[in-house]
Amino acid sequence: MISRRHLLQTAGAAGALAGLPSFLRAQTAGPALTPGVPPGVGSYAAMASLPGKKPLIRLADRPPNYESPLEYLRTPITPNDQFFVRYHLSDIPEVKAETYRIKVGGDGANGHVELTLDDLKTMPAVEVVAVNQCSGNRRGLSQPHVAGVEWGYGAMGCARWKGARLKDILDKVGLKKECIEVGFNGADGPAYDKTPDFVKSIPTWKAVDPDTIVAYEMNGQPLPHFNGFPARLIVPGWTGTYWMKHLTDIEARISPLGNFWMATAYRIPVGKFPIVARFISQEAVASTPITEMVVNSLITSHRDGAKVNAGKLTVSGLAWDGGYGIRRVAVSTDGGKSWSDAKLGEDLGKYAFRPFSFGLTAKRGRNTIMVNATNAIGQTQVSQLIFNPAGYHNNVMQSITLNA
Amino acid sequence: MRTFAIAFAAVLLAGASFAQEQEIKLKPGTGLEKVEGNCAACHTLAYIPMNSPFLDAKGWEAEVAKMIKAYGAPIDDADAKAIAEYLKSNYGS
Repeated sequence: MISRRHLLQTAGAAGALAGLPSFLRAQTAGPALTPGVPPGVGSYAAMASLPGKKPLIRLADRPPNYESPLEYLRTPITPNDQFFVRYHLSDIPEVKAETYRIKVGGDGANGHVELTLDDLKTMPAVEVVAVNQCSGNRRGLSQPHVAGVEWGYGAMGCARWKGARLKDILDKVGLKKECIEVGFNGADGPAYDKTPDFVKSIPTWKAVDPDTIVAYEMNGQPLPHFNGFPARLIVPGWTGTYWMKHLTDIEARISPLGNFWMATAYRIPVGKFPIVARFISQEAVASTPITEMVVNSLITSHRDGAKVNAGKLTVSGLAWDGGYGIRRVAVSTDGGKSWSDAKLGEDLGKYAFRPFSFGLTAKRGRNTIMVNATNAIGQTQVSQLIFNPAGYHNNVMQSITLNA
Repeated sequence: MRTFAIAFAAVLLAGASFAQEQEIKLKPGTGLEKVEGNCAACHTLAYIPMNSPFLDAKGWEAEVAKMIKAYGAPIDDADAKAIAEYLKSNYGS
């Protein structure tokens, strides 16, 4: 049976639009799109506001997939109302805090328990500042293009998440020695009951990491509905696919979860990426689950092709990685022949966006600026795309042109 | 499993803002009604122009097959063929 639980998706609240650059108030998303996404995106995408959100790039409304324009990514913390929205399936209930429950159990646990939102809040609270980036961020820039949601740069954001440690929750039921994975389900589901529900798992070692939490606050506020209210999983360093929204079930497992979302989707070719974090119980000969993010950076002070005045100017942006921390951001203004260090900004922790800035003197005509981030374990960005069929892990060094 | 009754109530409740739902006008062509009738049951039709124009005939056939095999879409063979034909003629590379 097919249900339509697609409630109000767009509210053209004029108040939310004040103070934004004019093109973000426009109907068409054309000027806000990342150059290089498939031309078809520009044929329909609009700037649109979900309830409680500023205008985002609406790639799809059912299920909602809304991207943050570059202008929202100028600070190491992304405000809640500017944070991107991503769902796989379109039946998204509005979960009530009063009746909300998380069931904890599974064959890898010694018992089971049900937690209310208040139960979560009475547990020791921890905060972690962490980047939430969709696995498919920048998929739209893959060459050749690959099928999927054609994101530009903005399927990511960084927030200060507050919640209870997943380890403390799992301690309430006790894990068996044989527990190899912990699975998660959320309240959202498919429109059609034969479509596999979005259920994911992470290896036990990552589940009991003290930085993995079940968050009920985002930047000091309750989570916005479209970012997972009342509580979601935070898996710092790992891509957003594991960050289950509207979390309802935590299942300790003695066998690998074998559904579509684990066995077929969200996988990368073995050996192509410099990944440290392994998910051994899900590894296959040719492919392995996506895990930690690759080191990356993005200039957000200027769009590619922007007009600037000749003379001194500052270019700035954000760098991030899979949780080792950013050591260096290098900038080149001569096409990559020579590199200088950008100044790194406030350090909000190893999982956070790290701001960088670089002063330069723009000459008349074209000025090209390249950036390359290095993390604490010496990994750097790539100059050529590492092609993969799902368009994951695009960390090609950005090169932009500023015209003076 | 939820019922059409709930869905209908949701439409009524959503009221005016429902009218601002993303409006996707697909290109006219043979098979369009099969696309609208089947694909839109579960997701926005925006996924079609979004993924264009870079998929070739094989690429669109694979997408239709994925919707049926991986996502369980209840689409019969004749409709699946018509949908793939429409997509490659109108949104193919």
